Amino acid sequence: MDSTAAVSGGHLGRELRGFGRFLLRELKPRGKLITPFNVISLPIIVLGIAILIVRFVRGLGSVTNLSQEVPWGLWIGFDVVTGVALAGGAYVITFVVYVMRLEKYRPIVRVTILNGLLAYVFYAGALVFDLGRPWNIINPIIGNSFGYNSVLFLVAWHFLLYMIAEFVEFSPVVAEWLGWKRVRRLLRSLTLGAVIFGITLSTLHQSGLGALFLMAKAKIHPLWYTEFIPILFFVSSIAAGLSMIIIEGTISHRVFKDQIDPRRHGTFEELVFGLAKGAAISLFVYYFFKALIFIHEQHWLLLGDAWGVWYLIEVVGFVLTPCVLFAYAVRNRRLGVVRVAALLTVTGIVLNRLNISIIAFNWRSETHYYPSWMEIVVTLMVVFAEIWVFRWVVNRMPVLRPSAHAGQET
Amino acid sequence: MNRREFLKVTGAAGATLAASGAQAEPPKKDDTEFVGVLVDTTRCIGCRSCESACSQQHGLPVPDIENDGALEAKRNTSERQRTVVNRYETDEGPVFVKKQCMHCWQPACAAACLTNAMYKTRSGPVIWRQGKCMGCRYCMISCPFDIPKFEYDRWNPRIEKCDLCAERIAQGKKPACVAACPTDALMFGMKRDLIEVARVRVYNHPKRYVRKIYGEHEVGGTGWLYLSAVPFEQLGFPTHLGTTPYPEFTRDFLYGVPVVLFGLPALLLGLNLLAERKKQEA
Repeated sequence: MDSTAAVSGGHLGRELRGFGRFLLRELKPRGKLITPFNVISLPIIVLGIAILIVRFVRGLGSVTNLSQEVPWGLWIGFDVVTGVALAGGAYVITFVVYVMRLEKYRPIVRVTILNGLLAYVFYAGALVFDLGRPWNIINPIIGNSFGYNSVLFLVAWHFLLYMIAEFVEFSPVVAEWLGWKRVRRLLRSLTLGAVIFGITLSTLHQSGLGALFLMAKAKIHPLWYTEFIPILFFVSSIAAGLSMIIIEGTISHRVFKDQIDPRRHGTFEELVFGLAKGAAISLFVYYFFKALIFIHEQHWLLLGDAWGVWYLIEVVGFVLTPCVLFAYAVRNRRLGVVRVAALLTVTGIVLNRLNISIIAFNWRSETHYYPSWMEIVVTLMVVFAEIWVFRWVVNRMPVLRPSAHAGQET
Repeated sequence: MNRREFLKVTGAAGATLAASGAQAEPPKKDDTEFVGVLVDTTRCIGCRSCESACSQQHGLPVPDIENDGALEAKRNTSERQRTVVNRYETDEGPVFVKKQCMHCWQPACAAACLTNAMYKTRSGPVIWRQGKCMGCRYCMISCPFDIPKFEYDRWNPRIEKCDLCAERIAQGKKPACVAACPTDALMFGMKRDLIEVARVRVYNHPKRYVRKIYGEHEVGGTGWLYLSAVPFEQLGFPTHLGTTPYPEFTRDFLYGVPVVLFGLPALLLGLNLLAERKKQEA
């Protein structure tokens, strides 16, 4: 009895030591350290951390240009409101692959989920920098003060739950990396449930981010304020997510060439045209809603001033134009045009979210907000830190390269 | 049976139900009325005693009301001052207007707050509770009057806004500003009574007042009510806010949430089953 316990104990010890060595080996950086990306991103990350230390010691006013009139700036308007919209690709692709069973898109499902997961962890996580009293962040979660009637309560909970759902969706990849076969099988059986839960949560919090601004009725310029903001946010997050997949996929295919099965290069193009078709349709629906609201609210007279021109630039330049470009590119099989259209779409979503949260917000007020250089550095820090983690994961886990279990995938 | 009695009866029935389950005090919801303050701007002389009393009451820097000449410029409430008096030059001569939290009946800030830190107390004051607040500033985004102010220069910032001296009210006292007013420009009481007083003043002196009580209907009604000799636009009041209580704007969305939360997974599962079947047939 004793001896067997000692033997298995020794066995366990060896296993643990082996696992520790594996983790240490995997944690070590791979590849060249001095690359243009590292040289640019590392100082910015260090500077960003320094700025955040100042911020937590001396208050938000010491590093941001926020004021009593502009309580939400770049960190909320871009990092959270825009970042989450751009991370919409994960729920769209999981819907296509796991719910609709369109196998064509399976090669990109893992990398898209990883992108989504990291985007939520980093961009929604950046919310903490903006909270004045972050130590109370547990209040809406542990239940001593539930603000049920707050849209932000809903959004906060959905962020949290969605991160868990996305982690469950991604977890089989982690298990495969660690070589835990039985755990992997168990985790895979949870995928469909997590996907369905995740899509539901995404629908609600993508629209919920828009619903946050419903009570700012008197503050947002009438060209942007509508009671249908939640629907517009949801529909546009589909186009934004698909466009981000196209852009990220294009970059990944260059940067992580060694990770990708050469046989898949051809199918990737096919896949991009499929995504472009989806983007064209969702952009058209988005444009249609926008036009409908514009006509219904009889906003023609508002087009006369600079705000009207700015509105037209957003809607015609960055919604209608990419929509037409996507359709043209799919029909004529022009990959380059797809990329331009994707870039335009993403720019349009950034513009729209910034318009609602910052630019056309409090448009009557005389104080105008421009982010301080420190707010911009911290935002860049968040983006770069995410890319670092993304690169680390892609180089180690079977994200882009085909899974060793490819045959058993159902 | 009128509405009040009906509420009493149903309230009592509810209370019995609640009491049968627990030893809790029977709630007397129907007896609670919101308090408010009536501001008669025709009586205000701009002495700013209210400002100084407010600052003393809440431990904020007390303005030198004799000498600082603050009336020369338009001021806003700030994280150092929960109330300010401004002078407006109008057709009827200078008019002084006190500004502070309006203590809405259905406050946007409290509906926005995800931790219930902004809280409408049962007697009417909207208060901020620092143990709950996480400093997200969504109350500032939502407030139609832009009242909550945030301390950007502190590591542990607070939201500053008028709390209608909720602690003094609980002790049976008037808010500090009302107690300090030398001309009875401020009147504290139940909102129902204040509306009556305001109406009587307007009807008895139709030449002295415009026929409007600001706050009676604005954003669903506010605790603070204003009377004026000139249209309220001339006194810097926002008149584009409408009469809908602000929480209504998000109500439809929030009602839709459970529908999506339970309906959409069912729909997705159905789609998945269809896709599976199609795949097996192919």
